[in-house]
Amino acid sequence: MSASTPSTLRTAGTLALLAVAMFGFGYLLVPLYDKFCEITGIGGRTGEGVAVETLSGEIDTSRLVTVHFDATVNSALPWRFEPTQRMMDVHPGKLYETKYVAYNLSDRPVIAQAVPSVSPGRAALFFNKTECFCFTEQLLGPGESRDMPVRFIVDPNLPQGTSLVTLSYIIYKNDAATAVLAAAN
Amino acid sequence: MANASTAHHDDHHDHHPTGLARWLFSTNHKELGTLYLIFSLAMFLVGGAMALVIRAELFAPGLQLVNPEFFNQMTTMHALVMIFGAVMPAFVGLANWMVPLMIGAPDMALPRMNNWSFWILPFAFTLLLSTLFMPSGGPSAGWTLYPPLSLQGGNSLAFVILAIHLMGISSIMGAINIIATILNMRAPGMTLLRMPLFVWTWLITAFLLIAVMPVLAGAVTMLLTDRFFGTSFFNAAGGGDPVLYQHIFWFFGHPEVYILILPAFGIVSEIIPTFARKPLFGYTAMVYATASIAFLSFIVWAHHMFTVGMPLGAMLFFMYATMVIAVPTGVKIFNWIATMWRGSMTFETPMLFALGFVVMFTIGGLSGLMLAIVPTNFQYHDTYFVVAHFHYVLVSGAVYAIMAGVYYWLPKWTGHMYDEKLGKIHFWWSTIWVNVLFFPQHYLGLAGMPRRIPDYAVQFAEFNMISSIGGFMYGFGQLLFVYIIWKCVRGGEKATAQVWDGARGLEWTVPSPAPLHTFDTPPLVDDKVAVHADRLT
Repeated sequence: MSASTPSTLRTAGTLALLAVAMFGFGYLLVPLYDKFCEITGIGGRTGEGVAVETLSGEIDTSRLVTVHFDATVNSALPWRFEPTQRMMDVHPGKLYETKYVAYNLSDRPVIAQAVPSVSPGRAALFFNKTECFCFTEQLLGPGESRDMPVRFIVDPNLPQGTSLVTLSYIIYKNDAATAVLAAAN
Repeated sequence: MANASTAHHDDHHDHHPTGLARWLFSTNHKELGTLYLIFSLAMFLVGGAMALVIRAELFAPGLQLVNPEFFNQMTTMHALVMIFGAVMPAFVGLANWMVPLMIGAPDMALPRMNNWSFWILPFAFTLLLSTLFMPSGGPSAGWTLYPPLSLQGGNSLAFVILAIHLMGISSIMGAINIIATILNMRAPGMTLLRMPLFVWTWLITAFLLIAVMPVLAGAVTMLLTDRFFGTSFFNAAGGGDPVLYQHIFWFFGHPEVYILILPAFGIVSEIIPTFARKPLFGYTAMVYATASIAFLSFIVWAHHMFTVGMPLGAMLFFMYATMVIAVPTGVKIFNWIATMWRGSMTFETPMLFALGFVVMFTIGGLSGLMLAIVPTNFQYHDTYFVVAHFHYVLVSGAVYAIMAGVYYWLPKWTGHMYDEKLGKIHFWWSTIWVNVLFFPQHYLGLAGMPRRIPDYAVQFAEFNMISSIGGFMYGFGQLLFVYIIWKCVRGGEKATAQVWDGARGLEWTVPSPAPLHTFDTPPLVDDKVAVHADRLT
């Protein structure tokens, strides 16, 4: 009359494995989500930097797109950070450059990292940055300020009807790297 | 040592330990079922007390009784306690008691694991509730624990996450046990399509539990490592994305709401045929409808987060997928009504609660359909309209079905009839006040009152006062439920084996109260025992 027959234990074992697999699936959602955002541009992901040569050289002079630049500083970072130009009218296919200015207001060196996002989401895949300070960690000494260039090309395939694209940066303190720096000094 | 453990193993059949040891070491499905149900009733009262703190603060505009931080802890804890402490253990308790009786099995398939799954729960909830007494207070970012807010509180978050892990382990073990029992322990002749609907809905629910509780465990583990170990799953500064948490959470969260309602469908599908004295209409359709709802629950999660921003195509997909769920749910409502059609109905307390369930769950279902519509969702998101919606499906839905089930099977458990007059008073009292409590919240939400806020603009004052009065009346009315159960356990009119003259099924063939060991010799099941309308064709 024992309940724990081999078939029962087999069922229980299979189900326990299923539970463990689903725990793994929860973690698998993290890379899946990243990949999904990268492919679709959801979440304003702009992708990695692209080489100029890989882009088609055709410049669509018949079309003007307004690019709006925006900046936010995380409250934990003692910096001032803003674009030098608020707006720029650009032709798709042509390479442009603009600058952001960062100024370390504190009395110690700080490392920060900027995270870009592009809206509307459907424009994110067509906004190519050939150079961006967001690709690397930024170190500013006490009171130091620096111009940070962004070079970009709006892809001529940008959907018609999109006439305004916003490039927004939020800049964060990189706690781990700043701590390493403080320990080294 | 070996001798001691064998001796212990044996006494589970021959003689029973008494006192505390009987309950601590029990591996009997009926005793563990009782423990689950008592635990869940206790948590229902604890969670209810928290709800009353919320309603007391919201009785009038302004801050009167508690500070906002504590208010937020109350909304968070109320949800965690009610979902994981009251509703889920109540369903597991009912499954423990009734599933072996309904399929003619002598016990659950894994009795010792059954003991363990229950006894984890008191520890989990002690851990969870203890955070209220810690310097940083309990969790206060809402039961969904969205980062970054949930990561900005104190260290008590670690206790909350460990408690959630324990609850998850308990649920997963319970679910494994239920599936193993149903798949391996059915009496001869009890084919899958002869199983009572309560068994079917639990089988499907158990699969949902195994599929999504580990995902929740993963999500809160990521919160834990983000908060204490420097990972950046949800931290934008480190390359993570807080919106990712919402996707993972609701991948768990939406199947979870069906975990909270499918067993309720099963209970109601048992009760309505009994008191309509007709077999359940469309039994096979009910089984397939339940399975469809379970499947669809995995592909609608983003309707909880339309306002985070997503492409139009995704919004349309999640909107339509959500609305499709209304089809199998509509099949169920239709079949319950068709079961009652031209039946010889009587209205004992279990039937009243089951009918209350059908009516009020439908109201909650329809407000859910309104929320599924993307453009209106943008306006209703995080308002009291949502609060009204899920309380209609959870309180007047899930909780009503649990109470219906308790009244229905209480004579089988105790051997006594409960006090029918008090039961009816309990039903009507609850039904009037639960509507006074939650119906005005629809209007508050439509007028724009946000949820999880301790204060509000004066234009919301009247409806909040009405809602709070309903809350206190409904809440204190539940003490009557406790008294009715107590009275029934102590004594009352002797119950027959069949209890209800329209009752069919194996559980009604054993004496009342059900002896500790039943179906030691498996019964033989044929079409006379398993009665559904579909059998007659």
